[in-house]
Order: sequence, then structure tokens, then C-alpha cells
Amino acid sequence: MLDSSTIPPSPRAEFGGGVRAELPLLLGVVPFGMIFGVLGLAAGLPGWAVVLSSSLIFGGASQVVFAQLWGAATPPSVTVATIGVVNLRHLLYSAAVADFLRGLPWRWKLLLAYLLTDEAFAAALPRLRDGPVTPHRHLFLLGTGFTLWAGWQLSTLAGVLIGAAIPAAWSLDFSIALTFIALLVLAVHRRSDAGAALVAAAVVLPAMALPHKLGLLVAALAGIIAGLLLRRFDGKKT
Amino acid sequence: MSTTTLLLTMAACGAVTFLIRLSFIAFGHHLPDDPRLTTFLRYVPPAILGALIAPEIFAVNGTPGFDLNNPRLWAALIAVVTAWRTRNVLATIGIGMLALWALQAARF
Repeated sequence: MLDSSTIPPSPRAEFGGGVRAELPLLLGVVPFGMIFGVLGLAAGLPGWAVVLSSSLIFGGASQVVFAQLWGAATPPSVTVATIGVVNLRHLLYSAAVADFLRGLPWRWKLLLAYLLTDEAFAAALPRLRDGPVTPHRHLFLLGTGFTLWAGWQLSTLAGVLIGAAIPAAWSLDFSIALTFIALLVLAVHRRSDAGAALVAAAVVLPAMALPHKLGLLVAALAGIIAGLLLRRFDGKKT
Repeated sequence: MSTTTLLLTMAACGAVTFLIRLSFIAFGHHLPDDPRLTTFLRYVPPAILGALIAPEIFAVNGTPGFDLNNPRLWAALIAVVTAWRTRNVLATIGIGMLALWALQAARF
């Protein structure tokens, strides 16, 4: 344990710290959630299904893809496989937080795994990695995860409720593409990252004609292979 | 498709997502600690995002097509520059939407 002069933060302080770390990220998440609510209805999902997807799937990009695939009458097996690939990056988050959650009871592992999203992970990692090793530090991750979860549920519900009132001429659906553009630019650190994105973008347009809506899966795989092949053109650093 | 199919498909998507998030947290000691897996996973986000963005710009009505008069193309390029310069998601969305509205209003 720490020396007697430093008292570890209380459970409440850890949870509150997580909540405060997550709040600024809600500025971006709440508009996204509302737009997803509007978009889900426009794609042909019933309102209850749009709201339910926020707790059952609980992943912004994958819910957008789910709504689009459902609207296009995609076979369920293709939909599930595509959602799996879209969320595959969470393997990295799971691996990154696993060390900090070792030794916790199963119910905590299950709960924190359910709440492990891009934003909850990003807001909690600095505390888990660089902060003191205390018995309650997993509550910081609960704070970020729960705050994001609550904000996401409420914003998708709001989107469904006001959805019908927003004119299509506002082109609000474009803000989802803009969110993806921002995330992509932030994710590109090497030439091979950019290569993976460009190849996937180039392949997806002709691949839209593939049967069973397999286009997104095929394009993603093409992009990943392109990234792996282009690694040799990256500089030496990182 | 029926309500049951919708519910089951959504539940299966949720289960797959949950199992991916649970993987290393619950079964880390059984999973391979292989740098090749990390290298492969590195390219998943850019590839997925690239594949999600392109149809939103070039196939708005469902059929892909390239047109220099497409306002979404120019708004997207402005958004890329904004994201690159500011590293800020909200600024990218705000400036990208303003750019699209301005281009549409100008009957580009």
C-alpha cells in the first residue's frame, strides 16, 4: 500500500473522477446519438428498435451500419459478421485494460466489458495507466463508461422523438460522415494507415453491387491487406 | 423481415460486440500474445472508416458516381483539412456542416 501520508481516493472519488473525465467527450457524443436516432428511423428501423440498439449493441459506428444494413434487407449472418469487423478494434481496448482489471470478480469484468467503448476507454486510460494503483481504480472506468452509456441512451431517445421534425434538406446525415472523417484523420499516423483507408474507400464503391451487402466486409478486408502490404513504405519511427 | 428476426439479429450483433470487449479482460491468459495480431488490428479502424465514409460522399442516393459538382466532396475535403489542423472532432463536424450548407445554398 501507499505510505501513511497518502490516503487512496475513496470509491466515490474514483467514480466521480471518471464522470468528470467523460463529460467533455459527451459534447461530441450527444449530437452523434441524436443524429443516429434520426438516421435509424430514416433507414426503416422502428423507433423502439433504434432505442434498443443503443443498449443491446452500444456502439455508435456499428449501430449506424446496423441500421443501414437492416434498411437494405441484408441477410442476418452478413449483418452480424459486418458488425463484428466494425467492432474488432475493441480487442485492442480489451487487451489494454485487462491488466488493470485482473483479480476483479466476474460481475465487474462483465459490467466493465459491456461499458468498454472508444470514448470510455480514451477517458479512463490515463488514470489507469499513470495514476496510483489503488483498490478502487476500476470505479474510474465505471464512471467514464456509465456517463457515456447514459448520455448515449438519452441522446438516441431524443433523436427518435424529434427525428420526424427535422427536414431532410438540412442534410444532417452528413454529420455522421464528418464524425468518421475526424476519427479517421486522428487514426492515421503512418502512410500505410492512409493507404488502408484509401484502398477500402476505393473498393467499397464498386463492391456495393456485390450480393447480400457483402461490400463493406470485402472493402474492409481489402483495406487491411493493403495496410499490411504498404507497411514497408512507412518511415522507421514508431 | 419480421420483428423476431430484427430482435434476434440485433441481439446477435450485441453478443458479438460484447464478446470482443470481454475477450482479453476475461480470457487474456488463454489468448495469444502475438504482435502480428496487433499489427493486423492496427489497420481495422482506418479500413472500416474509409469504407464507411466513401458511400456517404459518392453514393448518397445509393448509386456510386463521381461528380466534381458534388457539394459533399468539397465539404468532406474541407473537413479533412479541419480535422488535420485542429485534431478536434467537434470543429470538424461544425465546419464540415457549414461548408456543406454554404455549398448547397450557392447551388454549387
